[in-house]
Amino acid sequence: MSLDHETMAGMLGRMLTIRMFEQRVSELFAAGKIPGFVHLYIGEEAVAVGVCTALKDSDYITSTHRGHGHLIAKGGDLKRMMAELFGRSTGYCKGKGGSMHIADLDLGILGANGIVGGGPPLAAGAALAAQYRGTDQVAVCFFGDGASNQGTTHEAMNLAACWKLPVVFINENNMYGISCSTDRSMSITDVAERAAAYNIPGAVVDGNDVIAVNEAATEAIKRARNGLGPSLVECKTYRHRGHFEGDPCHYRSPEELEEWKTRDPVDRFSRQLLEMEIMTQDRIDGLRSEIAARLDEAVRFADESPLPEPGELTQDVYTV
Amino acid sequence: MATMMMMQALTNALDLEMQRDPDVFISGEDVGVFGGSFGVTQGLMAKYGERRVRDTPITESAIIGSAVGAAAAGLRPVVELMFVDFIGVSLDQLFNQGAKMKYMFGGKAKIPMVVRASCGAGLSAAAQHSQCLEALFMHLPGLKVVMPSMPYDAKGLLLTSIRDDNPVVFLEHKMLYGVQGEVPEGDYTIPLGVADVKREGTDVTLVATAYMVHLALGAAEKLAAEGVSVEIIDPRTLLPLDEETILTSVRKTHRLVIVHEEVKFAGSGAEIAAMVAEKGFDDLDAPIVRVGAPFTPVPFSPALEREFVPNEAKIIEAVNKVMGK
Repeated sequence: MSLDHETMAGMLGRMLTIRMFEQRVSELFAAGKIPGFVHLYIGEEAVAVGVCTALKDSDYITSTHRGHGHLIAKGGDLKRMMAELFGRSTGYCKGKGGSMHIADLDLGILGANGIVGGGPPLAAGAALAAQYRGTDQVAVCFFGDGASNQGTTHEAMNLAACWKLPVVFINENNMYGISCSTDRSMSITDVAERAAAYNIPGAVVDGNDVIAVNEAATEAIKRARNGLGPSLVECKTYRHRGHFEGDPCHYRSPEELEEWKTRDPVDRFSRQLLEMEIMTQDRIDGLRSEIAARLDEAVRFADESPLPEPGELTQDVYTV
Repeated sequence: MATMMMMQALTNALDLEMQRDPDVFISGEDVGVFGGSFGVTQGLMAKYGERRVRDTPITESAIIGSAVGAAAAGLRPVVELMFVDFIGVSLDQLFNQGAKMKYMFGGKAKIPMVVRASCGAGLSAAAQHSQCLEALFMHLPGLKVVMPSMPYDAKGLLLTSIRDDNPVVFLEHKMLYGVQGEVPEGDYTIPLGVADVKREGTDVTLVATAYMVHLALGAAEKLAAEGVSVEIIDPRTLLPLDEETILTSVRKTHRLVIVHEEVKFAGSGAEIAAMVAEKGFDDLDAPIVRVGAPFTPVPFSPALEREFVPNEAKIIEAVNKVMGK
């Protein structure tokens, strides 16, 4: 383990931030404060944080419909995120995108995405731009087990492999594409096996172990940065919530969920840091209070922000 | 000025812009070693190398999607879709991603990219290699749609399209690649959204696009011999659409015929007709007449394809109809 103590403390902070942000979103959605659909990242925090800790600010990511965790892990602003979820003009997208389209191009976040499999070609393109310009930037493509079966994912991986693009494909395998389990949607056990088809490295890691994710991502990112081309890292994980808030989840058993909760990535990393005496319980409690206060502020900001003016409807369609 | 075929005018535009702007690159199927399926990228790989002229696998989603990603990251891709029909396997990357990013992201993304695509019937290439699909793209906010009819327009419009900060679909009718015309050798641009009057006339306004402009010019010549003066307007870009030039002409002629090769039902002409009905109804002395393909896939046999594509006789018939003849 090559991470220093402060980095690890910071990682726990981001994981907690994601967890608590999503819990708050769940409550606010139930209270009718958030319109539309929300897809929560609870249970998968180790993937986004493990990967983004290995990235530089100038690197790119493409995200998914379950994108809040990626945005926070890449440095997204909680106030502007919350305001966007509320559909307010102060949100990241001025209320035009919502949960599924939050982007922050200044942070290299090329957007959450409402289309499953929409992101991989975009990530290949961002990586192409980096390679074309001779920068050392890398693009990370987060995609789910569902997206792994889309043609766009195959096309992007093949193109990236042919052109040795600096892109890392991070598969978040949470075992379900909405209700369809991977044993019904794939004829293989590991998405990573598909790497062989492109002659690129493929690794499977415990996606609930942030250190394991970080180690695998670090290696893949280093490879990409050094001009050795793309990699595929599959992170086995599980979403604690349904596909969307309100999902009755009758397609999976409560026992399965409980079993995965025993491997909760946030609890697990907290325990690890306590055991290693990197964190104290007091410091973790302090961190939680601090995050709760930031979330209070974000919710207040969103709640007090104005709704978009009707005239904004037709703005921003074209760059003039 | 030089005499160039439209194909050469397009190559010339790509060459000039690649020289001018190092962020411009080309990618697509057979654009490099082969020089483009219709020869438009001929010689460019030899001149600019494989970094800037990129042969891709047969992978339309990744061609368009990687262009969107590269454009979002600051480059100016010009990608070739060998046949516009292939948008069928790659439309998501253009219309759910590229076209919508700016709006979805609250105005912050800039997606400067061009998708060049051949279109149109005439080669017996059948249903999946012959379509005109401009109306499909016109229905997608965020895109621009360009469709030139002449070599001069093609070059100036392509230069403008590459410099535009939005995704542009640039449609090249395959029957026009060999059409010759006078083209300045240097740099010039034609703004998007500005129509061109291809022939002045006083009795009927005839709006036509791409290959149909040429048929319309032939028809107008014959009609002139019969004493009917036809004004031909080529919108050149369908999105944005130069409404004013069309309305101004209708104010003069009081009659409107619209000709396009795509299927008539819900074609680009439907939008133009509706626009004139909404904004220029009082200027019309006769119902608007549209000429377009029947509502079928494009057939293979030359005997059927000839029947499918509008021709001079059908255009003359339409003009006579609005003239009350």
